[in-house]
Amino acid sequence: MSARDLVLGRLRAALAAPAPTPAETPRDYRPAGVVAADPDLLADRLTDYRATVHRCADADVARVVAEVLGGRRVVVPPGLPPHWLPPGVDVVVDDGLDAARIAAVDGVVTAAAVAVAETGTIVLDGAPDQGRRVVTLLPDVHVCVLRADQVVATVPDALARLDPRRPLTWISGPSATSDIELDRVEGVHGPRNLHVVLTGGPGGG
Amino acid sequence: MTETFLGMPATAPPGVGHLRGDEPFPVAARRALADAQLRRNVGHATSTIRARSAAVIGEVPDWPQLRAAARAIKTDTMARLPELLEQLETAVGRAGGTVHWAADAVEANRIVTDLVRAAGVDRVMKVKSMATQEIGLNEALADAGIEPVETDLAELIVQLGDDRPSHILVPAIHRNRAEIREIFLREMPGVDPALTDEPAALAAAARRHLRETFLSTRVAVSGANFAVAETGTLAVVESEGNGRMCLTLPETLITVMGIEKVVPTWRDLEVFLQLLPRASTGERMNPYTSMWTGVTPGDGPQAFHLVLLDNGRSAVLADPVGREALHCIRCSACLNVCPVYERTGGHAYGSVYPGPIGAVLSPQLTGVADNASLPYASSLCGACYDACPVLIDIPSILVHLRAQAPHPRGEAAAMAAAAYAMDHPALYAAAQRGARLSRLAGPRGRGLPPPLSGWTASRDLPEPPPQTFRQWWADR
Repeated sequence: MSARDLVLGRLRAALAAPAPTPAETPRDYRPAGVVAADPDLLADRLTDYRATVHRCADADVARVVAEVLGGRRVVVPPGLPPHWLPPGVDVVVDDGLDAARIAAVDGVVTAAAVAVAETGTIVLDGAPDQGRRVVTLLPDVHVCVLRADQVVATVPDALARLDPRRPLTWISGPSATSDIELDRVEGVHGPRNLHVVLTGGPGGG
Repeated sequence: MTETFLGMPATAPPGVGHLRGDEPFPVAARRALADAQLRRNVGHATSTIRARSAAVIGEVPDWPQLRAAARAIKTDTMARLPELLEQLETAVGRAGGTVHWAADAVEANRIVTDLVRAAGVDRVMKVKSMATQEIGLNEALADAGIEPVETDLAELIVQLGDDRPSHILVPAIHRNRAEIREIFLREMPGVDPALTDEPAALAAAARRHLRETFLSTRVAVSGANFAVAETGTLAVVESEGNGRMCLTLPETLITVMGIEKVVPTWRDLEVFLQLLPRASTGERMNPYTSMWTGVTPGDGPQAFHLVLLDNGRSAVLADPVGREALHCIRCSACLNVCPVYERTGGHAYGSVYPGPIGAVLSPQLTGVADNASLPYASSLCGACYDACPVLIDIPSILVHLRAQAPHPRGEAAAMAAAAYAMDHPALYAAAQRGARLSRLAGPRGRGLPPPLSGWTASRDLPEPPPQTFRQWWADR
């Protein structure tokens, strides 16, 4: 008998008597679509997790990126809007670079798919303006550009917008550990610095 | 009529993995209680997490509704487990992954070892996983000549210190910074001898130590927090980024998952992703959550294997009372509120699952006889039930399991004698007179003589009253 048949047979035997009755799940918690998205709350929550938030007009993104990254070397996904990159910055476009090459650059600039205000979370889904998962993992500085209309209020709102077939990375602040005496330390293996550039909407452009 | 015999629900096999301790809980707990350093470290950790967790749970207006939804989803999942696992298998396969079934720890270890060998490597990197600790995968890989490298900071501390994890969430919480520095200086090749015991400096040392491993290792092993039957999506929740490294950089990813981790629909994640971080680390959201469905061409591992592990879970499912323990999402909130865990730490439980949830899960996975002392490793105060984000009634399961645990013959004889006396009024009255006479023996506190002293060593013997109710009634 295959392990599959053995395990499934055991589980069916376990449920045989008395058979539990499948129950309807109460969904009276706050579902998607009932809470208004608040970009200010997102900024607060991101800052609370020691990410740095910049608010600006879309036309000013390149200026903010230049301020954050200075003259450092940057990797970008192939679909990143070119006007987000400051002139003269040392940019390599990811066209399937190997990991060592990506690890050798200082920073990365991407867009995002959606952001959750209540939890201070940005979600990347691998679209052409966000790129492969590895490009936002190895460089030490991640600059993520977010439009105000991509901000949603709650986790249910975010899941409703996302496609599970894509590889998804949910990011809430920079890499952190609390494994040593529960002291929070930023930066273990992921990027140690997260900058979120919030464009459009109130306070932006 | 022919019928294929498919086997009855079975417990986890002995001799492999880490579900059984070397000694009963009371023996191990007594030694732990004498370790002042351990009690200080664990006490600091649990009180800190409790406070953080309470603060962020207080921000969520619909926390009770989320807990009720989570409980209902899990009850529904367990009722339909075979069907949901088949659905998950189909969805993962459709997305380019391969599903393997493992009846127990031995089989799971063999499957993973064979997959690693087939990939032609002798080193794998691991993201922290309770399931692979449960089955003793690291030992099995080492026996096969394959080096497992733990990449979670706490797991690395445990691995380098040749130690065992003591907490589900923060496995090295029994160690303080000075102890961790000593382990790094002793075990980490090329570490700077001037390393301080600042947590930031220690974390940076781990970052340097593991960077090359991440970039050069072609196979990774992970666990899973959730698997969505409907879509075949797997989710891993973490903080450091070592999870992202293991899930993204290698060519081959092998995920070992207890079969109870499946959830029916994509939408169900909206419940658990709100409950887990707040109950677990006391964060609104953990720094990183990775979700993947099969393989994505050009992005991440191009070979994905999912190992579905039974190892005693079918036996847990067969118990209508105890099966609720399978609802556990491994948040460890019950550990952090438990007065027993706070004083003994995790090692005393002998299993990779410590604390209140371990006291109900471990004996059920192994069969109660193999972990007979664990259902008693609780004061039944109910704090764990209050804290559990998926509303597992741990105290009721503990009481249920105590009834199944083997009892000493002397205790059974004493209870039988008591029952007989209570059934016979004259005998009962005589026994009460006898108890009253014992007052003449002087004040209590010295306990009973052996062998009954075993009972009074940890309990006060009640003073018999000067007059029983029956006497009082007769005098009226």
